[in-house]
Amino acid sequence: MTKKQKKMLSRILFSAAGLAALTFADTDGLLRFFLYLIPYFIIGYDILFDAVFGILNGRIFDENFLMAVATVGALALGLSGNGNYTEAVAVMLLYQTGELFQGYAVGKSRKSISGLMDIRPDHANIENDGVLLSVDPSQVEPGSVITVHPGERIPIDGCVVCGSSSLDTRALTGESLPRDVAVGDEVFSGSINLIGVLKIMTAKRFEESTASRILELVENAASRKSKSENFISSFARIYTPVVCISALLLAALPPIISIALPNTSPMWSVWLYRALTFLVASCPCALVISIPLTFFAGIGGAGKAGILIKGASYLEALSKTSCVVFDKTGTLTEGSFKVTKLCPAGIPGEKLLEYAAFAEYASSHPIAKSLMSEYGESVDTQRIGEITELAGKGVISSVDGRRIAVGNKRLMEHLGIKCADCVCHGTVVHVAADGDYAGYIVISDVPKVNAAEAVERLNELGIKDIVMLTGDRKESADAIARDVGISKVYSELLPDGKVELTERLIEKAKRGSKVVFVGDGINDAPVLSRADIGIAMGGVGSEAAIEGADIVLMDDDPLKIPKAIRISKKCLAIVMQNTIFAITVKVCSLILVGTGLAGMWLAIFADVGVMILAILNAARALAAKNT
Amino acid sequence: MKKTYKIEVDCANCALKMETLAKKEAGVKDVQISFMSQRMTVEFLDGADEQTVMNSILKRCKKVERDAFIYF
Repeated sequence: MTKKQKKMLSRILFSAAGLAALTFADTDGLLRFFLYLIPYFIIGYDILFDAVFGILNGRIFDENFLMAVATVGALALGLSGNGNYTEAVAVMLLYQTGELFQGYAVGKSRKSISGLMDIRPDHANIENDGVLLSVDPSQVEPGSVITVHPGERIPIDGCVVCGSSSLDTRALTGESLPRDVAVGDEVFSGSINLIGVLKIMTAKRFEESTASRILELVENAASRKSKSENFISSFARIYTPVVCISALLLAALPPIISIALPNTSPMWSVWLYRALTFLVASCPCALVISIPLTFFAGIGGAGKAGILIKGASYLEALSKTSCVVFDKTGTLTEGSFKVTKLCPAGIPGEKLLEYAAFAEYASSHPIAKSLMSEYGESVDTQRIGEITELAGKGVISSVDGRRIAVGNKRLMEHLGIKCADCVCHGTVVHVAADGDYAGYIVISDVPKVNAAEAVERLNELGIKDIVMLTGDRKESADAIARDVGISKVYSELLPDGKVELTERLIEKAKRGSKVVFVGDGINDAPVLSRADIGIAMGGVGSEAAIEGADIVLMDDDPLKIPKAIRISKKCLAIVMQNTIFAITVKVCSLILVGTGLAGMWLAIFADVGVMILAILNAARALAAKNT
Repeated sequence: MKKTYKIEVDCANCALKMETLAKKEAGVKDVQISFMSQRMTVEFLDGADEQTVMNSILKRCKKVERDAFIYF
């Protein structure tokens, strides 16, 4: 609780105690009136003051004014007649309690949501003449060496020059497993150093580092308001005058009618009081607070799961997704090559792989690397003899004294060895030992582990239109699409062809439904910005992705896409519930108050009650983790 | 030019009112207030002086809520 809130709490307690004491006191007349004024002023002085202040500034009918007029009116009624002052004090008490609770709840959720994204590093340690100085990170020039102790946050992006450690990158990627780093590894600001002392050579300025860019993105998210939020602004514009006119009519019309009728008294004071109560009951607080709170909580919850959403408008639009367009390489696939098939001829499969790995040992070609990683064990260089590289064909090495040839079809033809024909996508590597054909290995890009499941989940969410775009050859594109379960494939596209196709899909989509494009942000920035919603994957470290996309996935798990859509749908459902609930209760309480069936107490109570329920409901959006 | 400022405002409805008022300010193209993140994003027209504009926006906001504040 802030100081302000603590002060309010003690005012509420004092005033409530005073009111309780006075109910037992047996007084009447003016003394009674003045005694009741004590708790009334304790609880309401600032509202009276603000009401006067509002009128001086040309604002009538704000909440303070309404509260002041309504309670003063109630006091006046009590003084002129029944001596009942309890209502004025109690209404003021309830109102202030409601305000206090609202302030507390909103402040609390704001803090917990902002806390999720609090990756702001506050200092950098820089060595100067052997003394470690703690400085403001924005003052560190690129190329400086900073020291990061265990438990500290890395302030600036850079490269480890000394030491090794584990990093907690949860705030950046949502990944809970620590990442091990050693000398030469790139590290991103915002991650927490867990174990050892690291010396890092900075590569960027603080402002351009990952943490700063992510924070900027999150902070600016607020400036892109959703349609629902704008709906509330326009709703308030119509609502306020309508309520004011209704109140005026309520005060004037019934008495005037009864003057016209015989044998009825106009009851001016009764209707005036009802009109005031009507105004007090009209405050649209629950609506105004709960909708932005829901989106804020949704964005916070998504951020915690590693999904950065640049604005409430995108979170809202995501729920209307009708078509998801995937880029292939790096989005649905790993983007790196892996051994996908071993076809030995005459020798065991392991032997085939071993020969290939040993023969290609010295090569720096990506294919050699994937052979090496598939082999997995360290290569005993003692067993390798002379190596000859034939450019564009492959290598011939001596392994265990045998002459091993590893390469493409042309190498086999060159050596006069008959090799197997194979129809498969990817790169085929043939192996021959001492002039005899030993089989082939297929190396290709593989779909991500979760890609097929992600497509399935999207189908479950009712998104039937799932498309894959790629610049790759038709055969490999079709094979990947089959593996992940996508039926619409457009292959062999140039970058501007991707934009054109996306535009056609947007045209084809029904009005109000959205086309989402998912890419890795490396060569598809134009498509990312052209689509209704651009989602970039593996955003950490990629400037283009963070700038061009509307939503950035911190890691490259395709399952985050259906998750983001589910979070969006949940948020919108909550917004809808809150809007309907708040408007219904408001209309009911206005009718009850207008007809005199309910008094000011009930009106305020309904208002505070609705607000509390709406806030609690909005907070559900925060629990996006299990969505 | 677009700038974001930290603000202090206590009630959501007041933030809405401040936004409407601030949009009317001369030299301002658009204003968005997020009550939740307590931030105000002001898009200035070309040639507008930030200090003067922000001073009058603050003045307008203080009329809505006495203890409202903008850090600029």
